[in-house]
Amino acid sequence: MSQAGELYVHRTADGATNVRIAGSWRMREALPDPEAVEADLILSPQPHSVTFDTTDLTTWDSGILTFLTRVVELGRDRGIEVDRSGLPTGVQRLLALSEAVPEKEDARAVEAEESFLEKIGAGTIEFGLSVNEMLAFIGDASVVLFKFVGRRVRFRRSDLLMLIQQVGAEAVGIVSLICFLVGLILAFVGAAQLQQFGATIYVANLVGVAMVRDVGALMAAIVMAGRSGAAFAAELASMKVSQEIDALTTMGIDPLEFLVLPRIIALAVMMPLLCLYADFVGILGGAFIGITMLDLSFQTYMQQTADAVNLVALVGGMFKAFVYGLLIAIAGTLRGMQASASSAGVGAATTSAVVTSIVFIISAAGIFSVVFYVLGI
Amino acid sequence: MSDAHITVRNLTMAYGDFVLMRDLDFEIAQGEIFIIMGGSGCGKSTLLRHLIGLKEPARGEVFYRGESFTGASPEHREDMLKRFGVLYQSGALWSSMTLAENVGLPLGEFTDLSPSDIREVASLKLSLVGLKGFEDFYPSEISGGMQKRAGLARAIALDPEVLFFDEPSAGLDPISSKLLDDLILELRDSMGSTVVIVTHELASIFAIGTNSIFLDTETRTATAIGPPKELRDHSDNPNVRRFLLRGDGGSAEEMV
Repeated sequence: MSQAGELYVHRTADGATNVRIAGSWRMREALPDPEAVEADLILSPQPHSVTFDTTDLTTWDSGILTFLTRVVELGRDRGIEVDRSGLPTGVQRLLALSEAVPEKEDARAVEAEESFLEKIGAGTIEFGLSVNEMLAFIGDASVVLFKFVGRRVRFRRSDLLMLIQQVGAEAVGIVSLICFLVGLILAFVGAAQLQQFGATIYVANLVGVAMVRDVGALMAAIVMAGRSGAAFAAELASMKVSQEIDALTTMGIDPLEFLVLPRIIALAVMMPLLCLYADFVGILGGAFIGITMLDLSFQTYMQQTADAVNLVALVGGMFKAFVYGLLIAIAGTLRGMQASASSAGVGAATTSAVVTSIVFIISAAGIFSVVFYVLGI
Repeated sequence: MSDAHITVRNLTMAYGDFVLMRDLDFEIAQGEIFIIMGGSGCGKSTLLRHLIGLKEPARGEVFYRGESFTGASPEHREDMLKRFGVLYQSGALWSSMTLAENVGLPLGEFTDLSPSDIREVASLKLSLVGLKGFEDFYPSEISGGMQKRAGLARAIALDPEVLFFDEPSAGLDPISSKLLDDLILELRDSMGSTVVIVTHELASIFAIGTNSIFLDTETRTATAIGPPKELRDHSDNPNVRRFLLRGDGGSAEEMV
């Protein structure tokens, strides 16, 4: 029966430190500390060598090796010879193996201590570079877009149609759900306030105008950022990992034309349509509250909405959606193409694509609000 | 010089400030099977990426038939790329397309063939690599060795003048690896292409290599250029001999 590892250190008559190791020395069990050996090594007079006695050692694994490595280091630091002949042959050989290749001096990662200012500086430089990279990508994408207008680009029409289906038709379900609920929430919030003045009919104005001018486009965009922007980034990043993008390049096919362009076109084409649909579903959500809670008839509600909403606002909303579509596609494909070729890179690219898209969308929405206000739309 | 297909002049490869290899200077003759060899991480694959334009040299130039490739305009370079075929380490087939579409894509982009002709040529190329009947399979539906062969079918779709292989035998069993070697030899002989292979598989190196370059991690440059068997038997550089003799370089004198 093996018992837990035991350690006895004593000084022999001829001035050596004898380390007796007994019992079972396994990593999983609590093992004695090499400090006990160290304590004897520093005693004066200094021992001339360290010897081992392992006659009572029953079983061992890497646990004993870490202990012995430490003892060997202690001996080396003090210039004391460590005599390994008392150790089991297997242990001796493993120790020799671990020392066969000397430690590579610069291999251990050096934790460079950065000051706060250094971090700010490095961060600023990195930000500048990433903005540069983004602008370069947008520039390249624009060149390809112009080539597309001149019909001098290479991509497969079937790819484009597939993408249009993916970002358009297949997104209808989730857009319906989100926008119906958003219309419903808007109506709720509005109804509570407007009831105080007995002006519940204006819920239709509120929901209609809000959906058509801003919310429809915004909601569709945020859904698409999470859905398609992420998908684009993940897809391109994993193509990078499997060298599929390299394969296109060395075939003389520009991945920007073949992969990025169809994705930008698909989203730019489908986003305004999705926005129109989102507007409509949002108004339906409002109408649902109007009919069930505010005792308005469907006709009155729709009539009121039609009076409140004008064509300019509707087209304005669709234009915003078009721009959001471009931004999402650019963010998604940019992050995908920038990804480092590893599986962690795919995850990072996806995360970054969604964050970038949403930052783009919200910034653009802010700019649009100001511009539209100034233009009086 | 006259029959040099690929010429590399003073090529220095670097990642940022880190110089991987400096002053590479060699020529690859028409019809040769040229092996780029060296230990892991020495820059073999990076050298290949320089030759096919996926990475720009820090210094130096690459020429194809005397025309500068690294200094070519984008349009000119695209023309030169059409004459290359590249087989990537894992095949790098486009996963959203069937094998026939993979092989057919370059044909569709760069030739005036009709869709049915493209399909026929694609089937032919697939049959050359022993994948007849697999036209409508997706890359995920076939084994790793088959993916590699399909990648080769795609690489030879446009009857390239130069074929590049990145570790063709990595991940293949010895028999598949031998079959791939035979296929490479067969294609070289029948199409007259120049072949450049990055590998450290000694069996392949001796079986098919007609010339080679050895990249040495320690000196950060090419330490030997010549036919692999000759380097093994007569190189005066111990690192080269040790590599080609699987580490037995020290005792080579006694063996010979």
